[in-house]
This record gives sequence, C-alpha cells and structure tokens, in this order.
Amino acid sequence: MNFSNLFSQFGELTVTGLAQGAIIALFALGYTLVYGVLRLINFAHSEVFTVGAFTAVLTWGAFGLDQDSRTPGLGGFVGYLLIGLLVAAAASAATAVVIELVAYRPLRRRNAPPLAFLITAIGASIAISEFVGVLTHRNNKGVPRLLTQEPVFRIADGRVTNLQILIVVVALAMMIGLDFFINRTRLGRGIRAVSQNPDSAALMGVNKNRVISLVFLLGGLMAGVAAIMYLLKIGNVRYDNGLYLGVEAFSAAVLGGIGNLRGALLGGFVLGVFENYVSGLFGTQWHSVGAFVLLVVLLMFRPTGLLGESLGRARA
Amino acid sequence: MALRQGLTRALGGVAIVALVAGTAACNKGSSDSGTSAGGKNCGYSIGYLGALTGPSANLGVNIEQGAELAIEQYNKKNGKDCITIKKFDSQGSADVAPGLARQLVADKKIIGVVGLPFSSESQAANPILNDAKIPNITPSATNTTLSEKGWTYFHRAVANDSAQGPAAGNYMKSVMKVQKAFVVDDQSAYGVGLADQVKAVLGSAVVGSDKVGGEGKQTDFSATVTKVVASGATALFYGGYYQNAGLFRKQLTAAGWTGALVAGDGVNDKGYIQAAGKEAAEGTILTCPCAPASKAKGSFVTDYKARWNVDAGTYSDVAYDAANIYLEGISKGNTTTEKLNEYLKTVNYTGIANTYKFTDKGELDPTKLIVWAFKVSGGEVVPDQEAPKA
Repeated sequence: MNFSNLFSQFGELTVTGLAQGAIIALFALGYTLVYGVLRLINFAHSEVFTVGAFTAVLTWGAFGLDQDSRTPGLGGFVGYLLIGLLVAAAASAATAVVIELVAYRPLRRRNAPPLAFLITAIGASIAISEFVGVLTHRNNKGVPRLLTQEPVFRIADGRVTNLQILIVVVALAMMIGLDFFINRTRLGRGIRAVSQNPDSAALMGVNKNRVISLVFLLGGLMAGVAAIMYLLKIGNVRYDNGLYLGVEAFSAAVLGGIGNLRGALLGGFVLGVFENYVSGLFGTQWHSVGAFVLLVVLLMFRPTGLLGESLGRARA
Repeated sequence: MALRQGLTRALGGVAIVALVAGTAACNKGSSDSGTSAGGKNCGYSIGYLGALTGPSANLGVNIEQGAELAIEQYNKKNGKDCITIKKFDSQGSADVAPGLARQLVADKKIIGVVGLPFSSESQAANPILNDAKIPNITPSATNTTLSEKGWTYFHRAVANDSAQGPAAGNYMKSVMKVQKAFVVDDQSAYGVGLADQVKAVLGSAVVGSDKVGGEGKQTDFSATVTKVVASGATALFYGGYYQNAGLFRKQLTAAGWTGALVAGDGVNDKGYIQAAGKEAAEGTILTCPCAPASKAKGSFVTDYKARWNVDAGTYSDVAYDAANIYLEGISKGNTTTEKLNEYLKTVNYTGIANTYKFTDKGELDPTKLIVWAFKVSGGEVVPDQEAPKA
C-alpha cells in the first residue's frame, strides 16, 4: 500500500476519476433506462456505444481529419465536436432502436421467458462487436486531436484540464436534460407510466411499443455522446472497447440503483473516482478488484443501490 | 506421395514408432520411383502457429510472411508445392492457441513449426507440441522461462529477455543517462519479465512502477499517467505490446508528460505509431533482440517487399531464417519430426539475420545474441544503435 502516493496525488486522481466517471455515467443511463421500463439488461448496449464511436471517427475522416492532422482552432473544434456529437448520437440511437426491433420486440410479442431476452441480448452484442472487429481488422483506430489538453485551473494538487471540464459539463447537461424530459414532458410521463405498470399504462392509452422504442432511442443518444467524450479522452477506439466499458457502466448503474437516472450518474462518478483511488493506493492492477469489491459490499448493505431502484417511483 | 498417404492412413491408430518407420520406408520408396509431387523429400508441411488477426496481429504477420517467403523460394528450386505452409491463427491468445496446437499436431504432414510468436501463448501451447514431438522454433517469444520447462522440441532463434531486458536497461542508463525512470508492465508473461529485468539494471533510478491491464482490458490509463507525471520521471519503460503502448503514450503526451518511452520488441511495430499518433510516438526507443531487418544479408529486403508489398518488419528476417533451417534439414533427408529435432541440435546455420546454433535447452548460443535499439523518428521506426551489453 502506498498512502503517500494516494495523498500526494489525491486531487489529480479525483479529477481524472470524475472525468472517466462522467463517461461511464452517460453510458450507464442506457442500461438504467431500458431496465427501468423492461426489467431487461440490454447487454447489446455496449455495441450501441461502439457503433457511435466508429461512426464519428469515420465522419471526421471524411472531413480529412486523421490522428496525425493538425489540431484545429477553437471554431474548428466546436464545429467538429458538434458534427461528431450529431452523427455519433444518431448512429448510436439508430443502432439501439434497431436492436430493440430485431432482437427484443419479436420475443416480447411471443411472450418469451426472460432467459430468451438475456441470450438474444448477449447474442446481439457479440454479433455486432465481432462484425465491427472484422470490418476494422481488429485494429485500433486513431482519433483526430481536436483539442489540445491544457490545465485551466488547479484544485489543491490536481490540475483540471479543459477537456475534463468539458466532459463533466456535457455529462451533467445531458443528465439534467434527460431528467427533465422524463419528469416534465408528456412523453416522459408515458415512460414513467409504462415503467410503473405496463398494463395499466396500456389501458390508459399509452402506446407501449412506442414508449419502449423511445427509451432505446434515449439510451442510444446518451451512449453516442459518451462515445464522443471517450474518443476525446482516450484518443483511440477498437471494436471491443465498448464491451469492457459496458461492464463498468452496467456496474455503475447497479451501484447507483438500476432504473434510477440520478443513481446512474452517481454510480458512474463513484466508480470512476474509487477505481482511481484504488489504483493510487495499491497499484493500477488492483483497480477492478477494488471497484467490484465495493460493488458487492455496497449491495450487501443497500441491495437496491445507492439511490434505490425504479424509474417510475422517482416522481410517482 | 500416394503410397505414403495410404500407408499413413492404414497405420492411423498404430504406435508412433511404427508410423515413423513406415514414413521413412515410404520416403525411400517414393524417391526411388520418382513419382512424388516435386521430387526428393517433398510432400511435407511447415506449420505457422501464431497471430494473423487480433490486437497484436502485425507482429505475427511479419513472421508468417517471412517464413512463407522462405518456403516459396525453396519450392521454386524444388518443385511447386514441394513444401507447404499451414497457418493456424491464434490471434495471439493463450486461450485460442492450445486448441489450434491440437489441430496442428493431428496433421501428420507438419514436421516443424515456426512459432509461437508470443510468450503467453507459447506457455499454453508448447506442452502440446512437445508431447507430440513437433520441433518448433520461435522467432520472437522472449520470456526466459520458456526454455526452462524441459521442452526438448522448443527452440528460440533470438535472445531472450535476460539479454533484451538488461540491454534496454543499459541503454537507458548509459546512452540516455536517465536519472529518474518509471517502469510499467501489462501483467503479461512477456511484459512482466522484461520490466523486472529493466528494474534490476536501473536499480535506485526507478522512482516508481505500476501494472496496467493488457490489450483490450484497459484503455483509460489516467491513474498511471498521474503517477508518472507526479514521479518526475524523465523516461518510462513499458513492458507490453504495441497497441496499449500506443494508447498509453498518447495519454501521457496529452497530459503534458514530455519524457521518453522505452519499450521492448513487443512494441517494435508501426502499429505502435498508428495507435499513439506520429507526434506522441516521436522519440520512443524500442529494443529488439534482432538486427534491423533492413540490414539483412542478400536480397531478402527487396524480395520481401516484392512479394508482400510492404517492408520487412520486426522478426520477418528471423522467421525467414527459421523456415530455411527446417528446409535445409528436410532437404538433407530429416523428414520425421524426431530426425528434424535431432538435426536442430547440431545445426550451425548462417542465415540472413544471424548465425544459428542452439544450446541443449534450445536457446541461441550465447555468442550469437544480438540486441538493437531503434528509435521512432518522423513516424518511422529506424535503427539507432546496438544496445550496450553491460
């Protein structure tokens, strides 16, 4: 154990952990939304992320940007960022909706047992990830450097860079927007209704299938934004990145309370920061051990996660 | 050919001794009658077992193409399809390799293997090759323990990490004059072995160390980057493979760390520069227990380029030599796995990259070891100098 390491780098570890946690949180929203409505873990959500990430890199490539091209100015950065966000969110959302239409809706129509959904979820996940793997020769794809990372200010010993601020702000903004949408709009009310009681909601005239598609679409949008933040931070993407990050995001969703939007955000931040503290204290090889022991211990005491379950009950 | 095939089939279930006797007898018969496909000592295969796809595929492809070129050139002289290459794509994975090794040993035409390229997959698959008595020459797996497991069919055509690790350490110490170094490994058999050797050489100059996840297991290195920056190290040794090395380097540079990254042969590939980006990769020092492929003797460099339309990569030349060692052995009538293995014990073969002579453990003779340092310059890996031995 290296306490001096942890304390001397506490600020820095916290900041970088929050940035990683924000990406995990955005990713986690997709799991939580779908679970809240369908009581289904959409394992194929990791590929929703992957497709969004590759679409953005290819789009930037079409503009003549590759990882060795010059960093654009501020105007260029904003432009390319918006384009990236747009295409990634669109591609991810489309992928999510298609997965729902192809892999889940037919099963729902036939009243398939929950196990069947689990298997099609895993099947869709592996099929898409391998498909992308074959198309990309399983190579890393380098991301254009859109932004030069520079420290903007310091908190204690921790340097806070422009990119880290951007990631956390975007994640919070998306989160607030989504929260508003679910809790304050007509469509959001539909989602909450289906989440609380699908049959009653249907009797009240809510179109269940449309609500479910909407939920997948929202989750996909969030994953697309997460993908852009990931690309800016990590600088590379590979066909299997989503799988690994997906496990963390799913864990963050459970940690915060699956089905609970704010819980996903909190879970993401907690997981990101805690992993970094463990890395600082014991060495990076222990970061997953630490994170998942935390998950188990927490669930022992709070089986429904930090903020408790349920999308619907939040404002019931 | 046909005779041998029929006989092999007939003897399918019989003990291996009988099979060996049968094969030898048939060979004699076929060469006497002159009915075989390409003439004397033809109809055998050399196997390649290693990555052709997967996250570290480039290193494997370099090797396979080197070996295949040697076999094609041999066949030009000795008849079309005299010796064939059979490829088994392990994706560089220790989980995939053993299953393929079982497939490989089931193919009785394969009497020698070029591979396996990586240390972890070698640890997993070599027991199977050894039990089946298939001679194998790795042109690139450098973990020291591989030669200590009593595998009598294992050979290594390059220096192991006990030569490469200290050479990398010595380069950092006496050429780069590093005062503060950070050491990171990816927890693979290869990465840990190399990093530990470097730590031993650098001693008190190591101001910190960390262990990260290997290929596909980790992409966010921010915690380690924080430690490196905080340590004040001016150089970092990374024990691992090229893709994650590239990701790591990119994130180090983005965080404002300007020190030099030093790594072993697992990173010595253009894939590293692709992953890191040219700007971040610039100045990286890469060691390799090999001479620069561009310094290979004869027409290898141009032949390779003409055949594969890319420049020869790391270990292409060694793999070419390894295949040629087998081919020479086969042409001298060593057409069973046992005889070929006996042949390897006595071989003193001068190839294009080195002269090969094996110890009884299958290691390269200590006088034949070479370690070079390369440098990333202008987006290319260029030879720098031979690394100091002490």
